[in-house]
Amino acid sequence: MIIDILSWLLLVSGGLVGIVGAVGIHRFPDFYSRQHAAGITDTLCAMLILLGLVLQAGLNLAAFKLVLIFMFLFFTSPTTSHALANAARHSGLKPEVDSTTIEDRSRD
Amino acid sequence: MAFKYGVFLFMFWLLLSGHFEPLLLGLGLASVMLTIFLTKRMYVIDHESYPLHLSSRLPTFLVYIFREIVSANIDVIKRIMTFSDSSISPRLIEIPLPQKTDLGRAIYANAITLTPGTVSVELTKETIIVHALTKETADDLSTGNMAKAIPDQDIN
Repeated sequence: MIIDILSWLLLVSGGLVGIVGAVGIHRFPDFYSRQHAAGITDTLCAMLILLGLVLQAGLNLAAFKLVLIFMFLFFTSPTTSHALANAARHSGLKPEVDSTTIEDRSRD
Repeated sequence: MAFKYGVFLFMFWLLLSGHFEPLLLGLGLASVMLTIFLTKRMYVIDHESYPLHLSSRLPTFLVYIFREIVSANIDVIKRIMTFSDSSISPRLIEIPLPQKTDLGRAIYANAITLTPGTVSVELTKETIIVHALTKETADDLSTGNMAKAIPDQDIN
């Protein structure tokens, strides 16, 4: 019973976080800043929903597979985000930034 | 070496299938052996395909990165819900890339992208160009705390 309530809380809050991510994609001004909003659905939303599903599944093979799905998301989603951002930059898409030059912080 | 990977793969197969009948176990064993044979022929088994040497530092890193992800998520969610032109100030910054191994560099770039508010855009030999959503996230990243948490250890 307690586990049920907890898992539903996680599932519902995961869904809400996903909606917030979608709202962010709609509100932010350009491609690069929208990627940050999309990052929310990639990470916290997926974490909450999968954790809620693990609690529903209980301690068995299904739970293990859900954890595996999360692991694969954890490795692949930043890689695809980076590939997208890199492709956008190389094809000349300029980000809407506050300072036009790249701030060099590599030397201090 | 190959035997160790074989045992690992077979345990993985058992966990995924959940079948313990002799026939299916035999088939699983056969497929593991075929996989090991093929990967040996292709020379793709190395320290990067399964980085065992990083395992000892992985738990601390995972705890650290999860905490970062959750706090960064909450920050970006707040900025989305109270969005106005002043709530974000996107910028591109160039920060040092101290990792020596390719694997360490990939982990660092992916960790930057995983935390909402920063996306790694381009990697050069010495630096990494990051798109940051706000000045605060850019400042956080510039402190280099995340770079120190990345497991980066050469196999030699």
